[in-house]
Amino acid sequence: MSEVIVVTSGKGGVGKTTTSANVGTGLAMMGAKVVLIDTDIGLRNLDVVMGLENRIVYNLVDVVEGNCRMKQALIKDKRYPNLFLLPSAQTKDKSAVTPGQMQKLVDDLREEFDYVLLDCPAGIEQGFKNAIAGADRAFVVTTPEVSAIRDADRIIGLLETEGITKIDLIVNRVRMDMVRRGDMMSIEDVTDILGIPLIGAIPDDEEIVISTNQGEPLAGMNVPSGQAYLNICKRVFGQEVPLVDMEKRRSFFARFSGRLKRA
Amino acid sequence: MFRLIEFLTKKNSGTIAKKRLQLVLIADRIGCTAEILEMIKDDMIKAISKYMEIDTAGLEIKITQMEEKGCNEKIPVLYVSVPVRVMLTKGIC
Repeated sequence: MSEVIVVTSGKGGVGKTTTSANVGTGLAMMGAKVVLIDTDIGLRNLDVVMGLENRIVYNLVDVVEGNCRMKQALIKDKRYPNLFLLPSAQTKDKSAVTPGQMQKLVDDLREEFDYVLLDCPAGIEQGFKNAIAGADRAFVVTTPEVSAIRDADRIIGLLETEGITKIDLIVNRVRMDMVRRGDMMSIEDVTDILGIPLIGAIPDDEEIVISTNQGEPLAGMNVPSGQAYLNICKRVFGQEVPLVDMEKRRSFFARFSGRLKRA
Repeated sequence: MFRLIEFLTKKNSGTIAKKRLQLVLIADRIGCTAEILEMIKDDMIKAISKYMEIDTAGLEIKITQMEEKGCNEKIPVLYVSVPVRVMLTKGIC
């Protein structure tokens, strides 16, 4: 049984593309056959995050318009032979594809892959409608900030209207030090407000920036964010995994000096 | 010293964020815009002013939520508070 998952958020810059790349990589690492689709037409990004930007010949719009076969457009990942990317077009705009065409494209890919992951553009216009057209379930990515959460709430409403009922939450860029001193909403606060099940929380981790710079997703690596992404993949597989311990033990001195600085 | 007082009385910004979000989302979810609230407010002032002299500047109108009796679901509530200066009419029969 294959599953089509759309990664969406409403607000831009909260980590949709990074999440898509890492969840895709993690699922492939665990042995599943995965295809990642960049649906952000005109603002192609997933290819650079995956480190596959030099291999693009054809793109999503070429496939939809019949300029090439699906197999020609799919790019095989550097590390995992069971992971593929269908890049977006950089020169066209969002109206180049319709929801109906996307639905057909996704249904074709279902035959071949265990997981189809759609990286959705920001916003609620045509690009969003295209991305969710063929999806079975959605991952809503947000950060613990008022603007991102408000947009996530709107997106959840729109997904429900479109008939997508299986919606899970990913809280990205959590800073436990700020949560602890009460200056950031906790993971519980965010889940409480949005009222959908939590499938993962990712700590704000410098390693993410480094991994993006290098074009190598870090899912599964021995860093907090890498483990957190792998845990999401395990939950997709149906395993029960506790949240990553983001509470790094701080020394007495660090706690004391931190309090002095604030006072 | 002032820093210390500030530190002791400061409200956590995380809690403020959560409270603000909860309010704005109730209005978002039922599609009640600020314009609609403003229109309701104007109509209410007109209606109430027939009977009372009210402090229109101190009038407060907002959408909040409360738990419905008998079930756990929270329902949106229109909350209005109107400061009354004086009654214009007494004992209408």
